[in-house]
Amino acid sequence: MNKVFQSAREAVADIRPGQKVMLGGFGLCGIPENLIRALVASGVKGLHTISNNMGIDGAGMGLMLEAGMIASHVGSYVGENKLLETLVIEGKLDLTLMPQGTLAECIRAGGAGIPAFFTPAGAGTIVAEGKETREFGGKMYILERALTADFALVKAWKADRLGNLVYRKSSRNFNPMMATAAKITIAEVEHLVEPGEIDPDHVVTPGIFVHRIVVGEYFEKRIERRTVRPASSGAPAGVTK
Amino acid sequence: MTDQEKRLRIARRAAQELRDGFYVNLGIGIPTLVADHVPAGMEVILQSENGMLGVGPYPVEGTEDPDLINAGKETVTEIPGTAYCSSADSFAIIRGGHINLSILGAMEVDEKGNLANWMVPGKVVKGMGGAMDLVAGARRVIVAMEHTTRKGEAKILPRCTLPLTGCGVVDTIMTEMAVLEVTPEGLVLREIAPDITVEDVRKATAAKLIVREPVKTMTV
Repeated sequence: MNKVFQSAREAVADIRPGQKVMLGGFGLCGIPENLIRALVASGVKGLHTISNNMGIDGAGMGLMLEAGMIASHVGSYVGENKLLETLVIEGKLDLTLMPQGTLAECIRAGGAGIPAFFTPAGAGTIVAEGKETREFGGKMYILERALTADFALVKAWKADRLGNLVYRKSSRNFNPMMATAAKITIAEVEHLVEPGEIDPDHVVTPGIFVHRIVVGEYFEKRIERRTVRPASSGAPAGVTK
Repeated sequence: MTDQEKRLRIARRAAQELRDGFYVNLGIGIPTLVADHVPAGMEVILQSENGMLGVGPYPVEGTEDPDLINAGKETVTEIPGTAYCSSADSFAIIRGGHINLSILGAMEVDEKGNLANWMVPGKVVKGMGGAMDLVAGARRVIVAMEHTTRKGEAKILPRCTLPLTGCGVVDTIMTEMAVLEVTPEGLVLREIAPDITVEDVRKATAAKLIVREPVKTMTV
């Protein structure tokens, strides 16, 4: 079994126009940035993407948008991207927004063989329009359908050759569910190790979900909102005690 | 009162609703400030919907980690006991009713506890993010916001005019002027700020207020 590809370019080479592609990440955190760059370089167009966000102008999926590769997008928040705004207004990109938890669960369900599920998020709002609703225990729920894709491009911190994945801090986000929900999952990682080097109890995504592994060539890991406190400060924001 | 003073007052009042052992999700803006006012000796765990339980303060300059952000995409730190999970597990926490308290901002709230905070028709749609899941799933939802818009227009209405984030989801509204509770009868004025009269609150509120004298004075 060999899942390891020598370059991101080779790993994404068979992604074709019109295919559905999931991309992990929350904002610019935990995005498969090397795979995105390779996809942009491949010149493929007309992709249908699923990702929580859409990068920012000049970074992450923003690069795919600028390259005119995206025909439609499903996400939950796209407020950081001016170009997207223009494309949606001009009718050049079909945008579907859904509650973030619904998006996460649609992908989880897609990977788990659950075709649809009821959720309370968005009941009584425009999200419910055109969807089946049902009352359970006095509360309204919406029927949401699972999401799957042809490819999932995910980012993990570490993989072994069998595709067992470990994530780092909040860069995990949408990556584990997306890894389960596509016909072909490509994992971009920072470190590749031999089987046995990852404690089996620490594996988050078992290797069966991962078909291709690429060690990223270069990680920019751009920070979207750099918030800091001076070394001497007393009561910084976010203190929990 | 300056905007900053208003924001701090609202955050301090909202912080009084925290209890030891609470798991809390704070929205962007005024709700984020609540973290600075957790009462001494109380242990409150902050959840961030991007998959983090136990959000710490902003990092000391120079120690920012791009893999460590909150749902506002700000760099943060861990606390001893932080746990990470996927977005699906994070929203299982939220939707499953495990969050004691969700504090978030609003554009409009109405008498029925309907909330609008994600979309203005005709303006660019940014997306709802996790707000719809949060208000549908948290055990208690507090709206912490300035009482009126910058132009002085009412935000507390008989009926929301903007597209809703959630239907009948708000429990309490906290502003620099008052604390209002959503009840089956309508909005009950629970507290008013020391420098404010009931008449002032009425003027700044388009919704009908149920006033049962004497109204408690807000501790600010």
